[in-house]
This record gives sequence, structure tokens and C-alpha cells, in this order.
Amino acid sequence: MQRKTFLKAMIASAAVALTPVLASAQDPIIVGEINHYKRMAAFAGPYKQGIELALEQTNEAGGVMGRPLEFIFRDDQGEPGEAVKIAEELMTRDGAVMLTGTILSNVGLAISSFAGEKGYVYLASEPLADSLVWAAGNKYTFRLRSSTFMQAAMLAEAAAKTDAVRFATIAPNYAYGKDAVAAFKENLLKLKPEAEFVAEQWPALFKIDAGAEVQALERAKPDAIYNVTFGPDLAKFVRDGTDRGLFDGRDVYGLLSGEPEYLDPLGDEAPEGWTVTGFPWYDLTDGPDGEFVAAYQERFDDYPRLGSIVGYMTVQSIVAALEKAGSTETEAIREAFEDLAVDSAMGPITFRSIDNQSTMGAYVGTVALRDGKGVMVDWEYKDGANYLPSDEEVMKLRAAE
Amino acid sequence: MEFFVAQILTGLANASSLFLVACGLSLIFGVTRIVNFAHGSLYMLGAYIGLTLMETLPGHVGFWGSILLAGIAVGLIGVVIEMLVLRPVYRAPELFQLVATFGVILVIQDLALMIWGPEDQLGPRAPGLRGVFRIMGEPIPKYDIVLLIITPIIALALWYMMARTRLGVLVRAATQDREMVGALGVNQAWLFTGVFALGSALAGLGGALQLPKGGADLLMDFTILTPVFVVVVIGGMGSLPGAYLAAIIISVLNVFGVTYIPQSTLVLMFLVMIVVLMIRPYGLFGREEVAGEHGQVGEPEEPIKPASRQTRLIVAAGLVLLALLPLIGSNFALVLSTDILIFCLFAASLHFLLGLGGMVSFGHAAYYGGGAYVAALLVTWTNTPMELAFLLAPFGAGLAAIIIGWVCLRLTGVYFAMLTLAFAQLLWSLVWQWQDVTGGDDGLVNIWPSDWLNNNTAFFYFALLFSVGGILVLRHVAHSPFGYALRAARDSQRQAEATGIDTQRVKLLAFTFAGFMGGLAGALFVFSKGSVFPNELEIVRSFDALIVVFLGGVKTLAGGVVGAAFFKGVEDILTRFEYWRLVMGLLIIFVVVVAPEGIVGSLRRAARRIGLGKEQPS
Repeated sequence: MQRKTFLKAMIASAAVALTPVLASAQDPIIVGEINHYKRMAAFAGPYKQGIELALEQTNEAGGVMGRPLEFIFRDDQGEPGEAVKIAEELMTRDGAVMLTGTILSNVGLAISSFAGEKGYVYLASEPLADSLVWAAGNKYTFRLRSSTFMQAAMLAEAAAKTDAVRFATIAPNYAYGKDAVAAFKENLLKLKPEAEFVAEQWPALFKIDAGAEVQALERAKPDAIYNVTFGPDLAKFVRDGTDRGLFDGRDVYGLLSGEPEYLDPLGDEAPEGWTVTGFPWYDLTDGPDGEFVAAYQERFDDYPRLGSIVGYMTVQSIVAALEKAGSTETEAIREAFEDLAVDSAMGPITFRSIDNQSTMGAYVGTVALRDGKGVMVDWEYKDGANYLPSDEEVMKLRAAE
Repeated sequence: MEFFVAQILTGLANASSLFLVACGLSLIFGVTRIVNFAHGSLYMLGAYIGLTLMETLPGHVGFWGSILLAGIAVGLIGVVIEMLVLRPVYRAPELFQLVATFGVILVIQDLALMIWGPEDQLGPRAPGLRGVFRIMGEPIPKYDIVLLIITPIIALALWYMMARTRLGVLVRAATQDREMVGALGVNQAWLFTGVFALGSALAGLGGALQLPKGGADLLMDFTILTPVFVVVVIGGMGSLPGAYLAAIIISVLNVFGVTYIPQSTLVLMFLVMIVVLMIRPYGLFGREEVAGEHGQVGEPEEPIKPASRQTRLIVAAGLVLLALLPLIGSNFALVLSTDILIFCLFAASLHFLLGLGGMVSFGHAAYYGGGAYVAALLVTWTNTPMELAFLLAPFGAGLAAIIIGWVCLRLTGVYFAMLTLAFAQLLWSLVWQWQDVTGGDDGLVNIWPSDWLNNNTAFFYFALLFSVGGILVLRHVAHSPFGYALRAARDSQRQAEATGIDTQRVKLLAFTFAGFMGGLAGALFVFSKGSVFPNELEIVRSFDALIVVFLGGVKTLAGGVVGAAFFKGVEDILTRFEYWRLVMGLLIIFVVVVAPEGIVGSLRRAARRIGLGKEQPS
């Protein structure tokens, strides 16, 4: 697949090179997509399918500005240095008009810094790091997915409604985990000043010692637990915690724990009663998200993950920006992204001009078991626009500009 | 009190898999002297195979039978690996085989992805063992208790095998002196195969046994690798009781670390390792490496000599061509060449240490990443101009190398290598954890060169100047009196000392110099990419350099540079395909098997065979 795309891209770029001035109506508009297809295969695969679905629909409907839209997918091995090299190649050799992609925050930040320096538009589709649009933000980098801060704020809002006072946190020991805990604390203390944090556990990423972490949390006797672990760490934490009765009678809040990527591997051991952010595709039947789910299942004979809808919305956002810009010039695209309104699969979203963050929201609900699988029930879509800091705070965070 | 008991029990249960995997690795090293980096991959295979079997075989018998069968299956895979990949290269230079095992890692990663798919799999529960026992009121998962009982039984069985059976006698004899065992008429090839199979089976067993506590995922091969190496080194390479004790120490300490200093989990085990090696340089139960390993395995190295006129002309022509690249090549060709040049300098600096100094460092990324971070930190926090930061970076890396070298050089061989790895990991943890200063995993961004350099052509010339300059300096030093002293210290420490060379000082100087040059490469890297992340300090980066140096040819002066250029170029092409890791792994194995002297060494031999170049007087 990738090889074919690559060959096509080679032919396409050769064609572009041969006819540098006369861009005919048949020449595709190329977007460079950089991701960790090997390193994070379980996430990048569904994401790519989401993109492919949207591309097919776009091109069947006549493309963008009468030209077909095409993505070149490249694997960066999860290495920031590689990603920067590929970004350069995509922009200068393959004739891409802009860049998108990445799941890992560090790779996203590397491309963002590069894009800001060289003046290329970069739409960060999935990386969550807050600094991408704030402390390290630049005017060429836009971010689609609701950030760590926004999703933590949604869970903090839910936590503030209960009578829990003593909170314990467990988060992987790296930037994402620390940001997620800090954002949860900040938002919770704003809503519930009497809340206190009685334990903070920091297992090493993908090296959790679940038994020990559970014992340490139990020892602090918290009323509620905020979980940021994910992937294999989450599975081990849930299993050991359930066995040892850690979650009995306690509220637990799980960041991203409801995304099919993380919830499905748990099978019938999904932690019932946790309040989580995620993607309840099984309950989406009408509205734009329901249409997306139906189209996706028909096209791929597979169900969508969160990454799938993000990939789909990535294309929707790019199409909207190109149509608004009416041109493939970098500056025109960049200006089009500012305050760009998109009718996305999750409803209307806007790319805020103040920090280039989109207002994409998240689904918040409670985990329950249905047919031996974990699902989200009583969920609600929360609009991301309501979970961002005030404009003054954002201006302070984006001091670098 | 209850809490303590519960914690110790948790620690002991955690030690189970760690012990099984570690003792397999230790056995293999003891007999074959192979540092098997693919051991984590065998552990991963054990988990996946066990999982697949458990899904088909029902009930109690099915569950425990699956674990056993997984062990056997992985043992058989071990046989295949040993016979196809390792057997042809036992006579290659010391530690060359580890490159082959690295190729195996890549192959297994892609095969596992093809067979089992990308999604994490949760391990099934052991039938009848869901839930907890209450011990002194504290809940302990039932499966933990089972592990607590099984592990000592396996350990005892192993001990019995080693102490009371003929196989055990042979293994112990080979661990002490394998030449002697061979001389006494034991078929070494089959002994090696058998031990490799046993070690692999233990890794597979460890992988399958941990399923009810976790599951199988595609990252678990690298996740287990570092703790396992730490355990083997602390216990003493080749010692089973050592591996058992070390696994328990690390696991129990880790449990207490989680409770009382929750942020410590990244560094604790490396600190323990450094302390143990300071007090007991060969681990708790290890023996000093025996005289059988004296000097180098394989063909004796040719004395180095200045390049012939012919070679100089070729190199000069190549450089002129490179310098003309901005006129003939595309923008991307410049960027790719800059990357390759930087990597060549990094590899050359390691080659200097490894080839000329005979010091195998598993942690050379500490200086490369260290140099990059010194420059990035200076720019970020003190607004140092780019030119000054660039010049200071290698000195920062060199300083780190002096300190680390001073500690590590008390050891030799594999223990030295492991200690350098531990220090590199410490540095990595520091950068990863100290988010306020280093940005943690989010790294330091917007580290761009000054305006006069800030375009691809200018930076290409800049990198060309410093990389080629650095490589020439390294080469020049090899031919200087210092280079001779260094090689003397490598080949025969005693004789070198007798002629009045302070070998420790020479080695420390060489270590520092290699670190300095690594730092220079790192500084070039950070300004070419505009950002730096902890990846540049990771083990993987150290291995990248190690592999290209071995593949290029340790015993040839140009090996590091040629290997780096070749593999960086190949990688750029391969990563465009879907299963590139498989192809890359096979390519590495192919080079290892076909060209055990490295690319340069084998080319030279081939050239001589057809009559080019001078025959070496033998």
C-alpha cells in the first residue's frame, strides 16, 4: 500500500517537475502525512483508514478546487529527527502543500518547530501535548484533537460534582502524564478548592509494576482516583486493582481510557463504573458522527477507533482550509486556518486564531459491560470550546510570540 | 508490618519472569559468550505463542500445558536462530554476534506484527485463580502466590541440572574454559546449540508465565531488555544463583521505591547496578573473565598504515563530488547528506573507542545526545549565540565522558560495556524526568542556527567541514604516538605497562576524546533539526552506532564511516516500504554471516583475492 502510494507520488512529483508552471486541473493537491506506522501500528492503522475514507469521499465529490486531493504517507519510526528529514523531503521534493500527522507529542513538537522555522503549514492531528499550541506554539502549527488540558478539564468537571475530597493520581512518568495530572489538579481546585491530593504515583511508561502501584494507592485511602496510564500499563493496572479491590467504593476517572484503542483490549475486564473520555461509536447512529461510523464500517468491514474519526476530521479540516484559501500557497492556507469553521464528523468546530487549537471536543461517559465488552454508557459529547483557559491566560502561555 | 509483608510478596512475585528471562540470558552468555540482545524478543514470542495456545487448549491442563509448550516452542526457535545466524559467526571478533542478534530483533518485530496484529492483547486468567488470598489481612492475588511457589521450583530444577547432570557439568566447564572443553572432545557446536535452546526456552517460559499478570504487546521485547541486563550484570554474568538473587533484589527494591519515592522507578535499578559493580566489579556471584578471552578472537588485526595514494585520490575525488552536491543535487539530497555526515562522525567516534581502544561502549549515545543537549540548554536558558553553544557542546560531552570513563574504566569487557549503558540510562532518566529544565519528553525546540547558516546549503557545508574534519582528526590521532599507545594498551595491557605506558590514563584520554567527538556530532545534529528529545540519549541510539561500526568493520580504520554511510542510506530507502524492519533485519544478518570482517574488511579481502592492493605479509 505504502509502496504503491510512494511510487505514485514519485510519478506525480516527476510529472510536477516536468511541468513546473502549468498546473493543470488534473494534478493532485498533495498533503504530506508523517506518522509512526510501525511503532504505533494499533493507532496509526485506523487513523490512516479514516484518512483514506475521507479522501475517497472528497475525490468522488470532485476533489478540492477541481483537483484531486492526495496524501503521501511516510513512516518516521517514531523518531523526531527522522520526521524532520521526511518533512523536508515531502515539502521540497514531493511537492506537498502542507504537512499533517503524528501521534507522539515529541515528534509533533519537532515537526512544529521545523514548520515554524521554514514557514510550512502543519496540522498536528493527534498529538496531545499542551505546549504544542501554547508554550512552544507558532503561527504555522495548528492542532485538531482536543488536548490533554481540555480532556483533563472535562474529567475534573465530573469529579467536582461528587463528594470525593481525597484524590490520588497515577500517571506515566513523562511529559504527557505530568501535564495531565497538572491540568486535572488545576481545574479541580478551581471548581472544588477543598480537594486534596493524597498520593501521586508515577510508574515508568510501559514498565508499570502494577501490584506495587495498587498497594501504594490503597495505602493512601483516597476517595477517588485519577488515572492517566494507558496501553499495556492500563491493562495491568486494571487487573491488579480489580483483584485487590482498589476500585471498590471509589470514583475513578480515566483519561482516554474509554477510547476503543485502550478499552477493547481489556475485554470483559473493562473497569465498570469508571468515568472516562473516549469514543462510543457503537451508540452513534444519527448525526454527522453516526454517518461517519456507518460509512466507515461499510468501507472497511471494521469498526472505527478514535484515531479513525480524527483521521477523517483531519481531511475534512484540510479540505475546508484549502477551499477557504482558494489557493495552495502556504500563506493563504495558513490564513485560511485561522478561525476556520469546519462542519466535522463531530459537529461544528473552529480553529481558534488565538492559539491555533481546534475546538474539537470529546465524549465523556461511564464504563459498563455489554456482551462481554467494555462500552461507554450515559455519555455526552462535550464541546472543546468550553474547556479551554481564558483568552488572557492563553496570551500569557503563548508569550513566545 | 502487614503492609511490608504484602509488599515483599508482591516483589517476589514480580521477580518470577525477570528471573526466568535473566537466567536464560546468563546461561547463554556464560557458555557462548554471546550477548543476546534478541532475548527480549524471545520473551515476547513466548507470550504471544502462549496466548495463542491458551485460546485453543481448554481448562487447567490447557492453561499450564500452553505455558510449557510455549517454552518448548521458543526453545526450538532458539535452535533455528543459533544454527542459522550465530553458528557461522562464532569466530568473528568479540561481541560481533550481538549485531546479528540485533538483526534478529528487527525480524521478529515485523513477524510478530504480521502474525498477531498490532493490538495489545490481554493475557487470559489462570483458571481457578481469579481473585485474592488474604494474608495477614492484605489482599494478594492468587496467581502471585502460585508464581511465588513455581519460581523456586524452576530455580531448584535448574540448579539440579547444573550441579548433578552431565549436561550441567559440561555447561559449567564451558563457562569456565570453553577451549579446554573443546580440546577434551566435547562437540562444542551442539553444546552451544543446546544451551542457546535452553536459554531461549526459559525466556519463552517467562513470557508465557507472566500472561495472567499482563499480556502480550509489540513493545515488550525492549521493555524487558534493560531490567534483564541489569539483573544479569548484578548477579554476575553466567551465574544462576546470582540471577535469582539479583532478580529478587531489584523487584523488591522496586516495590518499595514505588511506595516511598514514586518518581524513582526510572533510575533505581541503575543506581543499584552502579553501586554493586563499584563494590564487586564482576557482580555478586560472577567470576573474573578468564584468560581464554585474552586478546581478540578471529584473525589478528593488520597493523594500520596511512592510506595509499590510490585511496587518497579516491577519497579526495569523493569529497570534491560531495562539495559540489549543492550544485547538482536536490534540496532533499542536501538534507539527507547532512544527516549521513553527522551520523558518520558519531559512528567514527565510537569506532575510535571500540576499534582502536578495544573498549566496547553500549552507552555512546550519552555523549552524542549529551552534546546535543548541552547546546540546546545553552541556547534555551542563557540565550547563548549559536556559534558559542556549538563550540561548547563537545566540551560538555567530553566532561561527561571524563567522569563516566573514570568510573567505568575500573572494569573491562562486558561489565565495562554494561556500566557505560547504566550511565547512559542515568543521563537519559535525568533528562526525561527533569522536565522544568530539559522539557522532559517534550524536549527542547526552536534551537536553530544563526541566520548565516540557516539554509540547507550553508548548513551542509558546515556539517561537511566539521564531520570530515572530525573524522580526519580521529584518523590522524590513530597514527599518532597516542594511537600507538592506545592500541598497545588494547592488545596487551601488561606489556604496555612494562614499556612505561600508563594504560589507564591512555584509555581515559581516549574515552574522553571519543566522547568529545560524539558531542560534536550531537551539536551538529541539534542545529540541523532545530530540536532535541530524549530519544537521542536512548539505548537504541547507542546501538545504531554500535551496529554500523561492527558491520563496517571494527578492525579497519574506515569501518565506522563506511558502515554509517551505507546503513543510513539504505535505511532512508527501506523505510518507505511497509515491512522495512524485516528487510533491514535480514540485511544485517546477511552482512554478518557473509562478511564477518565487516564491509570494509571483506571488500579488502576480496580486492586482494583478485589481485588489487598489496598482500599482507603473514
